[in-house]
Amino acid sequence: MEDTVMRATLVNAEKFVGVANGALKMAARDVRVFYGESEALHGVDLDIYENEVLAFIGPSGCGKSTFLRCLNRMNDTIDGCRVTGRIELDGEDIYDRSLDVVLLRARVGMVFQKPNPFPKSIYENIAYGPRLHGLASGRAELDDIVERSLQRAGLWEEVKDRLEQPGTGLSGGQQQRLCIARAIAVSPEVILMDEPCSALDPIATAKVEQLITELSETYTIVIVTHNMQQAARVSRRTAFFHLGNLVEVDDTTKIFTSPSDGRTEDYITGRFG
Amino acid sequence: MHNDDASAPRTDPSTQRRLVERSLARRHGAEKRFRAAGLAAVFFGLGMVALLFASILAKGVPAFWQATVVTEVYFDPEIIKVDPRPVAQPGETPAQLHEREMAWQTQLTMANWNRIIENTLAAHLPEVTDARARARLRQLVTSGERFVLRDRVIADPALIGQRLTLKLLADANVDVWLKGNIDRSLPDSQQQLAPDVRAWADQLHERGVIQMKFNTTLFGNPDSRSSLASAGLAGAFVGSLFMMAIVILLAVPVGVASAVYLEEFAPRNRFTDLIEVNINNLAAVPSIIFGLLGAAVFINWFHMPLSAPIVGGLVLSLMTLPTVIIATRSTLQAIPPSIRQAALGIGASKVQMILHHVLPLALPGILTGAIIGVAQAIGETAPLLLIGMSAFVAAVPATPFDQSTALPVQIYLWQGNELRNFFEARTSAAIIVLLGLMLSLNALAIWLRKRFEKRW
Amino acid sequence: MNNWVLICVLLMLMALAYQFGLARSRSVAGQGAARMHSRPGYYGLLVALWCGLPALAVFLLWTLFEPGIIRSVVLNQLPPDLAGLQGNELEVLLRRIEQIASGFGVSDQPAAFELAAAERMRSLQNTGRLAMIASMAVLCVAGLVWTLRRIDPQLRARNQVESVFQALLVISSTIAILTTIGIVLSMVGEALHFFRFVNPAEFFFGTVWNPRFSTTGAADQGQFGLLPLLWGTLMVSIIALLVAVPAGLMTAVYMAEYAPAWLRAVAKPVIEVLAGVPTIVYGFFALITVGPFFSVLGQTVGIDIRATSALTAGVVMGIMIIPFVSSLSDDIITQVPRAMRDGSLGLGATKSETVRKVVLPAALPGIVGAFLLAASRAIGETMIVVLAAGNSPILHANPFEAVSTVTVTIVNQLTGDTDFASPQSLVAFALGLTLFVITLSLNIVALYIVRKYREQYE
Repeated sequence: MEDTVMRATLVNAEKFVGVANGALKMAARDVRVFYGESEALHGVDLDIYENEVLAFIGPSGCGKSTFLRCLNRMNDTIDGCRVTGRIELDGEDIYDRSLDVVLLRARVGMVFQKPNPFPKSIYENIAYGPRLHGLASGRAELDDIVERSLQRAGLWEEVKDRLEQPGTGLSGGQQQRLCIARAIAVSPEVILMDEPCSALDPIATAKVEQLITELSETYTIVIVTHNMQQAARVSRRTAFFHLGNLVEVDDTTKIFTSPSDGRTEDYITGRFG
Repeated sequence: MHNDDASAPRTDPSTQRRLVERSLARRHGAEKRFRAAGLAAVFFGLGMVALLFASILAKGVPAFWQATVVTEVYFDPEIIKVDPRPVAQPGETPAQLHEREMAWQTQLTMANWNRIIENTLAAHLPEVTDARARARLRQLVTSGERFVLRDRVIADPALIGQRLTLKLLADANVDVWLKGNIDRSLPDSQQQLAPDVRAWADQLHERGVIQMKFNTTLFGNPDSRSSLASAGLAGAFVGSLFMMAIVILLAVPVGVASAVYLEEFAPRNRFTDLIEVNINNLAAVPSIIFGLLGAAVFINWFHMPLSAPIVGGLVLSLMTLPTVIIATRSTLQAIPPSIRQAALGIGASKVQMILHHVLPLALPGILTGAIIGVAQAIGETAPLLLIGMSAFVAAVPATPFDQSTALPVQIYLWQGNELRNFFEARTSAAIIVLLGLMLSLNALAIWLRKRFEKRW
Repeated sequence: MNNWVLICVLLMLMALAYQFGLARSRSVAGQGAARMHSRPGYYGLLVALWCGLPALAVFLLWTLFEPGIIRSVVLNQLPPDLAGLQGNELEVLLRRIEQIASGFGVSDQPAAFELAAAERMRSLQNTGRLAMIASMAVLCVAGLVWTLRRIDPQLRARNQVESVFQALLVISSTIAILTTIGIVLSMVGEALHFFRFVNPAEFFFGTVWNPRFSTTGAADQGQFGLLPLLWGTLMVSIIALLVAVPAGLMTAVYMAEYAPAWLRAVAKPVIEVLAGVPTIVYGFFALITVGPFFSVLGQTVGIDIRATSALTAGVVMGIMIIPFVSSLSDDIITQVPRAMRDGSLGLGATKSETVRKVVLPAALPGIVGAFLLAASRAIGETMIVVLAAGNSPILHANPFEAVSTVTVTIVNQLTGDTDFASPQSLVAFALGLTLFVITLSLNIVALYIVRKYREQYE
C-alpha cells in the first residue's frame, strides 16, 4: 500500500508541481471521502508547498470544503464520514494512529465560513488555544501572545482598549479577523480557510484579503472560495474541483487565462457554477 | 497594519510541537475521565430505573398469589337458623319491606359463621378437639370470609343445608408465614401467630388444602381494614377510572379549545401574553397547590362532597389543563403555514380551515399530549389527599359522587398499614397495577405517534 | 322524566332542527332569487343551535337552583317549633320528607307535618318539573320557528355559527386564567383568615413549629413558626439538586456529545421513564429500599443515619428529577451552534475541553434556567417527603436526621377532619401561599432566562 502511494507520488510529481518555490508541506494521495455509502470525493491527489496561498474553487457541492476539512481531520467530527487514501504533513501520515489529532490541529489551524467567536471576552478568545496547549508559561507571556496575534491580524488598534468585552460584540469583519488571530495564536504551520469572506461586506473582505497576503509570508494558507476574483487576488496557485474530482491545479494566472481542462474554462467563463 | 517580522507570533514549529506534546498525556487523561463521568451518569440513571423496577417487582409479584384455603364448606342448617326471606306484602310501602329485609339480613348476620368456618377447618384437622384450640383454628382464615359466606346465603338462601367447595382466603398472617415474609426463627413472643396455628398452616399447606392461588381479591375487592387479607384495589381502581374519565371529558376538550384559540385566533396583545405566561407558570405550579385550591373552592365554598371522584377529577383536570394546552400548541405550531394558506386561498373561512385541515393533521399530536397528561394525572397523589380522598372507603363507588379512593392514594394508605410484612408486598402489587395502567397509556401514546406522525 | 332522557330528547330535537334548517335553506335556494350566503349545513347548524342552546341553558340553571329553592320553601312551611332545628337533625328530617315524597316511605309512622311537607314537596317538584319541560319545549319551538323564518340568502349563517364556535374557544382559554385567579384568591383569602389567629411575623420568623391539635384548645397554644419547615424544604431540595444536577447534566452532555446513536436511542427513553413514575412510587421506593440501605451504610461506616431522613428523601427526589434536568439540559446543549464546537475543535481542543470551556459556558444561562425549574420542582414535591423525610419539624442541620417540609405539613394539617375555622387547618393555606410564591418566582425567573437564551441562538 505504502509503496504504491510513494510510487504514485513519484510518477505524478511533475503534474502537480506548479511554481514550486517552497518545500513540500502537505501531500494528498488518492483521498476519497464517504458520507455513509455515497462517495463525495473521488480520489484527490494534491501537493501543498510551504508559504504558498493555494485557492480551491468550484461550484457548490464540488467537494472543495470537504477536502479542506480532511487536511486537519475536521471531518472526524461528522457522524458517518469516512476518509481513505493518504494525507501527509511534513512526510507524516496525518490519519496514522500514532499522530495525535490534537497536535495535528495545533499545527494545521482553521478559519470557518461564518465568524464563530466564543461567547467570551476578546482576550479569552485569543488566549483559548495557547492556554489549552500550554504554549505560554505565565500571564505575561500569554498577554504577549494575545497582543502579537491581534497585531498580526491587524485588529490590535481597534480592540486594545476593550479586550475584556465580549468577542461577539464586534462587527462581522472584526469577528472574522478575531477568529484568524485566534487561529494564529496557536502558531500553526498551515492555516485552512473555509470561505472566510462569504459572510462579510466588501470593505471587510478587502481587509481580510490583505491580511491573507501578509500572513502568507509566515504561513502556508489554503483557502476555499466561491469568489473567483478573490482567488485571483490572493492565491499563487488555484485548484479547481468539480463533482468530487480535482480537475486541475496550476498557477492562478494560468488557470484564469488558459486552463488546460474544458470544464475549468466553462466554470471560470461562467457557463455553470 | 503591523507587518514587521518581530511582531510575528510565531513560536517556531518544533517548540510548539514540543509544548503541545508535553500537554497531551494530561489532556487525554482528562478527556477519558470526563467521558467516563458522563458514561457513569448515564449508567447511574439506567441503574436507578433498573433498581426501582426490580425492587418493586421483587416485592410485588409474589403478592399476586395469595394463600387460600380450598375446602368444602357445609352450610349447616343447625347453625344458620333463619326465617324465610321476606317478600313484599300487599299494602306495604317499599320502606317497610326494606326494613324487614334488613331485619332478616341482621338475623342472618347473627348466625354463628365462625362455627361454620371452625367446622370446615376441623374437618381437615380432626386431631384438634379442644374447644380453645378449635377457636384458634379460625385464625387460619381471614375474618372477612364469614361475611363472604353470609353474602352467598343472602344472594341464594337455598344454599342452607348444602355443601360447596369454596376458596377461603387465608389470614394475612398465614400468608406472611407461608411466604416466609417473617423470620421463622423469631421467638414466639415476636410472632404474629401462635405456635400451633403456625404448625397447622404448614401442615395444611403441605397437604394442599392451603394453596397459593392467583389473587383475584386484589382486583375484585375494595379496601378492608378488619380483614386485611381481603383488602383489594377495586374501589381505588374504579375511583381512578372515574377521575380519568372526568379529566378526559374536561381537560382535553377545554385544553384543545384554548390552544386552538391562542394559536389560531388570539390577537397578539397584552391579554394573550398574560394567558401565555399564566399557562407556562400554571404548568410548573406544584400539584399540592391544586389540592389546596380544590379544598378551598370545591369543598369549602361549593360544599361539594368530600372524597368524591368528581372533586378529584375536577382538581386533576385543572392540573392537567396546562399540559394539554402546551402539547396542543406545539403540535399546531409544527403544522406548516402553507397548509393554512392553501385552505384560506381556496376560500375556506378560518373556522373551516381549522376544523377541516389543521385539527385533523394535529390530531395524533394532540392525542399523544392528552394521553401523557392523563397518565400523569392518574399517578398524582398529593392533591387528592387534601380533598379527603385518603379516607378509608370499604365500597366500590357506583357514581363519581360517591366516596372513593384512587390508586395512588390506596398505595399511600397501604404503605402506612401496621402489618408491614403483608402490606409491603400488597403495596408493591398495587404499584405494579398503577404502573401497568400508566405504561399502557404511554404505550398507546407512543403507538399513536409512531402510527400517525408526520414530519414536515 | 329522567334527566338523561330529557337530554337525549333535546339532542334528537336538535338533529331534527338541523334537518329542517337544511331543507328550508335548500328550498329558499331553489327559488333562486339570489345566491345563498352560506352552505346549507350552516343554516342547519344555526337552527339546531337556536333550538337547543336556550333550552339547555334553562335546563342547567333549573337543575342547579331548583333543589335549593324547593328546600327553602319546604323549610319555611314547617311548624314553628321545628324552625330552630340545626345541622344533623335538620338533615335527617329533610331526608325523611324526601323519602316520603318520593313514595319510598319511612318505616315508622310519619308525623302529620312531615306528610304535609312531603305533599308540598312532591307538588312543588312536579310543578317545577312540568314548568321546566314546558319552558324548554317553548324555547325549542320558538328558536326553531324564529330561525327557520329568518333563513334567506342574506342571512350570514356561517358567520353566526362560527362566532358561537369562537366564543366557546374564548371561554375555554379563560379557564386557565380563572384557575390562577382561583388559586391566588383561595390562598390569599384563607391565609388572611389564618393571620387573624396568628401574627404574620410569628408565622414567617417563628423558629418553633408546634401547632397542637385543634381539639385540645385555643389557637394561642400552638406555635406556627415557618422557619423549621422552610429549612427542611431547603435541605431536602439542596440534597436533591446535588444528586440531580451533576447526574442529569453529565447524562445530557454524554448523550449530546459522546453517545453512539444506538445508546442514545436506548438510554434516553429509559431514563425518561423515571419522569413518568408517580411520586408516590418514589416515596415507597425510598421507604423500603433506599432508606434501609442508607441506614445499613451508616452503620458500617459508623454514622447514625435514620432510614427516613433528609438524605433519603433528597437522594430519591434527586433521582426523580434527573430526567427533568437531563432533557432540559440536552435541549439547551444541542442549541449551542455547531460552529462554536468546530471553532474549538479546529484549534486542537479535545472534546471534553470543548464541552467544558466552550459549550457549557455558552449554554450556561439556559442551564441555570433548567436548574431553577428543577429547584422549583424539588421544593413543591410532596409524596416523597411525606413518606421518606421522617416528619420532624425541628431546626437542625444534620441531613441524616428526620426533617419536615412545607408540603408535608400542608398534607398533615389538611388531612383528617378538615374544618376551615381552626388555625390548625388554615395554616395549610398560609404555607401553600408561601410555597406558591416561592415556586412562582423561581419559575418566572427561570422561564425568562431560558427564553432569553433561546432568542440568543435563534
